[in-house]
Amino acid sequence: MIGIIDYGMGNLGSVKKAFEYLDIPTAIISDAKGLKNSSALVLPGVGAFGDAMENLNRSGMIETLLDEVKKGKPFLGICLGLQLLFLESEEDQGVKGLDLVPGLVKRFEGNMKIPHVGWNSVRWQKDSLLFKGIPSDSYFYFVHSYYVIPSMQEVISAQTTYSDISFTAAVEQENTFAVQFHPEKSGEWGLAILKNFGELMKR
Amino acid sequence: MLAKRIIPCLDVKDGRVVKGINFEGLKDAGDPVELAAFYDQEGADELVFLDITASAEERDTILDIVNRTAQQVFIPFTVGGGIRSVEDMRKILQAGADKIGINTAAVLSPDLIYQGAKKFGNQCIVVAIDAKRTENTISGWEVFTHGGRKPTGLDAVNWAKKAEGLGAGEFLLTSMDADGTKAGYDIPLTRVISEQVGIPVIASGGAGCPRDLLEVLAEGKADAVLAASIFHYGEYSVKEAKTYLQERGIGVRL
Repeated sequence: MIGIIDYGMGNLGSVKKAFEYLDIPTAIISDAKGLKNSSALVLPGVGAFGDAMENLNRSGMIETLLDEVKKGKPFLGICLGLQLLFLESEEDQGVKGLDLVPGLVKRFEGNMKIPHVGWNSVRWQKDSLLFKGIPSDSYFYFVHSYYVIPSMQEVISAQTTYSDISFTAAVEQENTFAVQFHPEKSGEWGLAILKNFGELMKR
Repeated sequence: MLAKRIIPCLDVKDGRVVKGINFEGLKDAGDPVELAAFYDQEGADELVFLDITASAEERDTILDIVNRTAQQVFIPFTVGGGIRSVEDMRKILQAGADKIGINTAAVLSPDLIYQGAKKFGNQCIVVAIDAKRTENTISGWEVFTHGGRKPTGLDAVNWAKKAEGLGAGEFLLTSMDADGTKAGYDIPLTRVISEQVGIPVIASGGAGCPRDLLEVLAEGKADAVLAASIFHYGEYSVKEAKTYLQERGIGVRL
């Protein structure tokens, strides 16, 4: 069973519905026990970095979450769930993130419309189980104003270009996967990503 | 590259899609959920449901449609029409919609944009602007509300800037002059708004053929196009329209 982490940030329903459509069992979880009982974890989220960390802190789940991920439980961060893996974000300076992946989160800057909304093509940077069977340069749906900058090149699993900025669209570090786009809103290829993640749970 | 989006719009009344729909292969062309799934299969990038139900008692119908759509359609969709409060927004988002379209309520109470954006994020709040050519405002376009029946005296460009400042995530910009004519979008209107704001603009009203989509995306600088009848009547499929655009240098998701 995949545990979808509820910490009061955004619509978990669409992630849950997408897994249901794929016949992958899920549960909405909101405590340490739920984290432990799940065989894989999904951290979705829309909203602000600071609010999200405040809610996560208040939920008392952080320590167990870090433990479970470090022990090797498959983890998928989506959108804000990717950004939270980093130490800090320009969105709310001084707020400490989960710090699972070294790097930081920056706001788009330049002569472009913000947020970056819509379907953009994503280039795979490495052979990932998460992207199995999906061609590089497929389109996925994005909605965000901030993007992650990992310190280590090797964790970058996909990249996307918006205006003249090439940014990290996905990271992968052992059992930790995270994507900036919304697979649950990205049609056929998005569902393929969630299906691939479901397969990881079975291994 | 960020693709330009093609967005079919479904007008829903009492649980049924109104405006003629004419497709082969649909069991029930009036069922919004079936039609949403059909457009998803055809390659639509997003969908808009416009709830034109008159009475508040029938509001639950749209929630049921949203819920059923979200179970089988995995592209973003917006619901607009009759949304007056943060509580209305919450119900629709919880049922599975991704974005909320607000029009009249936003003009009557601009704070609703701010409250909605604060609660659900800017990306959720699509401010719909119905604009008509006039000599009464500086930009030459005036905002109308109540389904285009009521002039507001607001300058469309000023209103867009104000709404953006309050937290709007996108604009759905309808030209009342062009709407229903099938003679093409209002290019100057779309362009002036798109150039004056820093958030995406969805152009609406007037699409009659793929060339109209091309013009409003290229010359009108729209980020997305909304269309109803050219797709509903099966004159052009979403895929045909996208192929046409791609062949002319517009980046689309195919």
